Amino acid sequence: MSTPAAPGSVVGKPPPGRLARLGRGSGWQGFFFISPALVLLGALLVYPVVWTVRLSVDKGRRQLEPHEFVGLDNFKRLLTDDRRFLDLSEFPPSGALINNLRWIVLYTALCVILGLAIAVLASRVRYESLIKAVIFVPMAISATAVAMIWLFVYSPDPDQGVLNAALQGINSGFDPISWVGREGTVNYAIIFAYVWASTGFAMVVLSAALKGISTEVIEAARTDGATDWAIFRRIQLPLLSLPIAVVTVWLIINVIKVFDIVYVMSGGGPSGASEVIANRYFIETFDGGKGGYGAAMAVIMLLMIIPIMAFNIRRFRSEAVTR
Amino acid sequence: MAVVETAATPRTTLSERLVGWISRTPVHIALVVLALIWLVPSVGLLVTSFRKRPDIAASGWWEAIGDLDFTIKNYSSVLDAQNMADAFLNSLFIAVPSTILPLMIGALAAFAFSWIAFPFRDTVFLAIVALMVVPIQAALIPVLKLFRELDITDSFIGIWLAHTGFALPFAIFLLRNFFITLPRDLIEAARVDGASNLHIFSRVVLPLSVPALASFAIFQFLWVWNDLLNALIFVQNPDQRPLTVTIVNLQSAYGAEWHLLSAGSFILMLLPLLVFFSLQRFFVQGLLSGSVK
Repeated sequence: MSTPAAPGSVVGKPPPGRLARLGRGSGWQGFFFISPALVLLGALLVYPVVWTVRLSVDKGRRQLEPHEFVGLDNFKRLLTDDRRFLDLSEFPPSGALINNLRWIVLYTALCVILGLAIAVLASRVRYESLIKAVIFVPMAISATAVAMIWLFVYSPDPDQGVLNAALQGINSGFDPISWVGREGTVNYAIIFAYVWASTGFAMVVLSAALKGISTEVIEAARTDGATDWAIFRRIQLPLLSLPIAVVTVWLIINVIKVFDIVYVMSGGGPSGASEVIANRYFIETFDGGKGGYGAAMAVIMLLMIIPIMAFNIRRFRSEAVTR
Repeated sequence: MAVVETAATPRTTLSERLVGWISRTPVHIALVVLALIWLVPSVGLLVTSFRKRPDIAASGWWEAIGDLDFTIKNYSSVLDAQNMADAFLNSLFIAVPSTILPLMIGALAAFAFSWIAFPFRDTVFLAIVALMVVPIQAALIPVLKLFRELDITDSFIGIWLAHTGFALPFAIFLLRNFFITLPRDLIEAARVDGASNLHIFSRVVLPLSVPALASFAIFQFLWVWNDLLNALIFVQNPDQRPLTVTIVNLQSAYGAEWHLLSAGSFILMLLPLLVFFSLQRFFVQGLLSGSVK
């Protein structure tokens, strides 16, 4: 890597003509500019990932270091013998892995649908920027704060929690529910809190894409008597398919790693009902000191993300072609 | 956020506009309901943060809005007794270098990836972009081990380095995508005049890239300020804990003491909200350029 090739023979698209000639000997200079980044990335990302993969096939209990190779034992135990990670013994299956899948489906779908609906609806009213700001603000705040805001909404005491109070207002015989204290409701309660926090992202991206659609096409359709629904369904939605895919991929990558909101709102409880992979990882590794076991979970997260990364790079390439 | 072009619609009579408004009533109702779902939770906690402790237990915050019987004692007690004032400074002390370091190192690298020819340039760039999706969980254990060996777990250096390393792929990606849009003639002209790469970087590229630099800086600052996971792992000295960790500790120590948790949460949210409302344009730009090219 250290032998500077002749200028112009660079992989990819070299700066043409004069620039390349003037950049004589700049091969070294290029490496000089990227070297701080390469050192940090090597020490803090690349080497650690390799180390984590090594640790995942190790007992790794002492000092979070490899000391006893155990093959795929950690993975075998995670997938067959750890009820908090994956429990297939009864229906419906449960555990952190199943919950993460539930998060991927519900959270992603709700964020995209709500974000799209708000972007489209808001584009038709005068107070568009106001409504978009209201939806977007939670994007700026910490998941820890979002957790506090929603724990208070979900409070089982109807003199504190607005959700129970509202339900009691509708039906005075309503028995207050401990939304995050019950196994049946805790996941949906936390997922909705996080949807509340992330919908703004989907909305902003889709709204920007919506503004990019030529108004002439829509006006023409309208003159031809197309209804609003037809315009949305036949013109806007197909043209938004790429931005929708982008947002979906981003949300899925994000939610595979979901941690803060679960850690603060329920800690994975009650009795493991709301566990997610990142929370199990944190507890086993840093509370339990089981480095190898935790590393195996990190590797599973990595394996879940790689297909999505492959999809993303393909898109990156196809976009470069069309540009 | 783009301002809507409503001026294009032709002038119509009052009755026509009235019909239009009424036919859009379902849209208005839907938007108002959504706005309420987004506002009520935060407003509830905000009102609660100004209520006296016995009042919070006795009645709902929605009954208290008209009372005007508010106090700022919750804020003074979390700031003093719960060390939130120190935690606020710690958060700043963590977030500022954790923003500047990746910004500088990332800009240097992004400049080389855009305007200097060197072997394997695009391959290295693609490899760095691919690192963007590595979950930090796949790096935390070895990085912690490394910091223990370097004996920096008891200082801020560890968390600065961790945030810098984890942010670099995104920084390089975002800044490079901006740098390559700068006019080629300008940079070639500077080269012809004999300017060094370092000179071109600092005198030509950086001044022209303020919007992109600001977008990344704001994005990264908020990311670090709001971070809990890295802080839990890399800040091991109790005197150096940031706001996020302090609030989580408050919650586990006292349970649902909402007069403390509500005030603490708003102290945590204060700076992000200020940044958001004053610099919303850059924030949204950063978000858009990071996701859709």
